[in-house]
Amino acid sequence: MEGFMSIDIFIIILATGVRLATPFLLAALGEMFVQRSGVYNLGVEGIMMMGAFAGFFATLQQGSPLLGIIVSLAIGALMGLIMAFVSVTFKAEQGISGIGLYMFGWGLSGLLFRLYVGGVTSIDGLKPIAIPMLSDIPLIGQVLFNHNVLVYTAFLLVPLSGIVLYKTSWGLNIRAVGNKPEAADTLGVSVVKIRYQCLIVGGMLAALAGAFLTIGQANMYADNITAGRGFIAIALVYFGRWSPWGILLGSLLFSMADSFQSMVQVLGINFPYELAVILPYMVTIIALAISYGRVWAPAALGKPFERGTRG
Amino acid sequence: MVEKIKQLEMSGITKRFPGVLSNNRVNIQLEAGEVLAILGENGAGKTTLMNILYGLYQPDAGEILLNGKQVRINSPSEAIELGIGMVHQHFMLVPTLTVCENVILGLSKKFFVDLKTAAKRIKEITDTYGLAINPEAYVWQLSVGEQQRVEIIKALYRGANLLILDEPTAVLTPQESNELILLLKNMAQQGNSIILISHKLNEVMAISDRVTVLRDGVVCANVKTQETTQEELAKLMVGREMAPCRREGNYSPGKIVLELQQVHAKGDKGSEALAGVSLQIRENEILGIAGVSGNGQKELAEVIAGLRKLSSGNISLNGKDSTNMSPAEIIEQGLGYIPEDRIHVGTIPSFSIWENLILKDHHRLPFAKYSLLQNRKIMSHSSSQVEKYGIKTPDLETPTARLSGGNIQRVVLAREITRNPVALVAAYPTRGLDIGATEYLHSKLLEARSNGVGILLISEDLEELTSICDNIAVLYEGKIMKVMPVEEADERTMGLLMAGIA
Ligand SMILES: Nc1ncnc2c1ncn2[C@@H]1O[C@H](COP(=O)(O)OP(=O)(O)OP(=O)(O)O)[C@@H](O)[C@H]1O
Ligand SMILES: [Mg+2]
Repeated sequence: MEGFMSIDIFIIILATGVRLATPFLLAALGEMFVQRSGVYNLGVEGIMMMGAFAGFFATLQQGSPLLGIIVSLAIGALMGLIMAFVSVTFKAEQGISGIGLYMFGWGLSGLLFRLYVGGVTSIDGLKPIAIPMLSDIPLIGQVLFNHNVLVYTAFLLVPLSGIVLYKTSWGLNIRAVGNKPEAADTLGVSVVKIRYQCLIVGGMLAALAGAFLTIGQANMYADNITAGRGFIAIALVYFGRWSPWGILLGSLLFSMADSFQSMVQVLGINFPYELAVILPYMVTIIALAISYGRVWAPAALGKPFERGTRG
Repeated sequence: MVEKIKQLEMSGITKRFPGVLSNNRVNIQLEAGEVLAILGENGAGKTTLMNILYGLYQPDAGEILLNGKQVRINSPSEAIELGIGMVHQHFMLVPTLTVCENVILGLSKKFFVDLKTAAKRIKEITDTYGLAINPEAYVWQLSVGEQQRVEIIKALYRGANLLILDEPTAVLTPQESNELILLLKNMAQQGNSIILISHKLNEVMAISDRVTVLRDGVVCANVKTQETTQEELAKLMVGREMAPCRREGNYSPGKIVLELQQVHAKGDKGSEALAGVSLQIRENEILGIAGVSGNGQKELAEVIAGLRKLSSGNISLNGKDSTNMSPAEIIEQGLGYIPEDRIHVGTIPSFSIWENLILKDHHRLPFAKYSLLQNRKIMSHSSSQVEKYGIKTPDLETPTARLSGGNIQRVVLAREITRNPVALVAAYPTRGLDIGATEYLHSKLLEARSNGVGILLISEDLEELTSICDNIAVLYEGKIMKVMPVEEADERTMGLLMAGIA
């Protein structure tokens, strides 16, 4: 390996990869809940942009990244609510409503930035917190246990989502509503309520993913800071077959490839750089092509629910 | 726990849907320990009435009294709380969940689901009523009969003492039906009340105490089962005398029109569903395929229609090879197909009746000229079809999904038979049809037979098979156990063959 990549660079790539996985994990886990309940929200990218801006702006104003997180969660919940209103209550076509939400978030975040901030302004974002003891473990400590709080949150959410989905009453309701809403309905489970809840949770997690980009990574805001990550997160939900562990695998695969390509550029590693840049996207497309299968998809995905129709 | 239901009364129930008066001042009554059967033709309003009792629909007028007190049932959960359980005409189970998860769905108010305690209670219920089921199995792995049991367990688990069953035996094998009837009797003896909807008059006679007959949304009779007969009930339902259809004329088959040689094919789950099926169907012949559904029937119909690939073997239609050809080519060669799922495969549910009637010929004369639809021709064709086949509909523009089951089947039948097919595959064509519609369908199949069509009839109903088929083949685990003339097919022989005992 010497000459191509030293052990230090290797550790940096891994540690960066873990950090870069955060927004994908947050957004994709949120979208997983949404899709499990039978709705797909293509507006993730727009919610991320709003979350990114809201988190940044609150931190800039008040100097508190924690407040930034809270504000972005609230904005995310609101955007999820809008999506629920349009696609669940009014039963609008979900793909179109999602794209609408994306454009709304994109336009509004850009407008607000130009109105209230204007130029490049940096903020004091989240600081890495080294976990005592664990961060001293050679190699692993640096890779896993020296990150900011959102990184830890994202990774903890993986097993947590699994527990929620498979062990709790709420998770059972979600799985039922996403697969056979009419059955859930006849047992007194409110399809509308569950879908609203999932869209709100999904919106909050997407906004948090956006906030991570501004207050947990770049410490500033720029136009199109999300750079398509919201759409990649949606692809990762399919790749991960609607399971938290599958999504973890997909997110790491993508973020490691991304981390590698950025190091290639920064450190001038001996690897064709044009190839490196497209690597993460190629990995995703290939992985999706190999793994895609509708068999795992929630059966009611994309179908608005109406009582007493034979469709 | 609320008071046990000792008496139910629905009075003056009226429900209107756009263009249809589904229930018109309907009254029914029921006492504890009683089995009430509700009869009526397709579209008479039986399901609507039960959906109102279960809180899925709100009536436009009328009231519901439980134990003499008026109640409003706004949602299924309120019905459940009152002790009402319902087994729906179309199963309401989530296939990707386990039995246990399906049973407790919507009940658990705690944060974590407690599957262990639930499994224990399910076992108590299954022991009491002798319903064998594995609580850990996924619903998609279960046979239709087992799914039916899960539906009943679901209702009992919720403490239901008034159980509504909407055509519970329509998809069951004869043996499963008998078991269900015993179970329901047992439950009634233990003081539960039961409302049963069925088109099978022998079942109604065997199990019910009273029968209420609906016709066009109106109660037209209310009789004690002991004081009536099957013939009288049939007459009340249809409004005229009924004569069951029988095969007439000699069996004089012509040349082979459809032939399968050593056909192998995989099922949806990837395992082999057809394991070397060879069959021949001739002109002027109806060949029945008997057997418990799930033994390759669905796959058999689909390979012939070109909807499923063969892994090996040959099929020829009208003397020409049709193995693995596209459905369009097979239609062109002269195959008619009445699929099992008449709503979603047989028609495009949101399309109008006239569109569905020309679905296979819309691109050619007389319906299309220079790629333009010929509206006048289409409309005159469609209205004559609607008349000839007695399709009950407000007009030609009505979406097919709005029609009742029997009328949707008539649309499919009209389209398939009018095209003059060489061979016709009919999968469970009378499932869920009322006796009038069943009789009609049988007469049409027999008419097609005497016009020379070779027909493959897949059915679980032995009575149906023996009354109109010339020959019967028994399908078991993807293999043909035996092909025999109908005269040799008595219930015992068939029962053994269907269980895989040669
Ligand atoms: N949700 C609905 N919207 C519009 N019309 C409906 C609806 N549900 C039922 N109908 C109509 O009401 C009438 C009665 O239907 P219902 O399903 O109660 O009949 P049924 O007696 O159960 O028939 P089947 O034996 O075919 O099940 C039919 O004409 C049907 O088309
Ligand atoms: Mg019905």
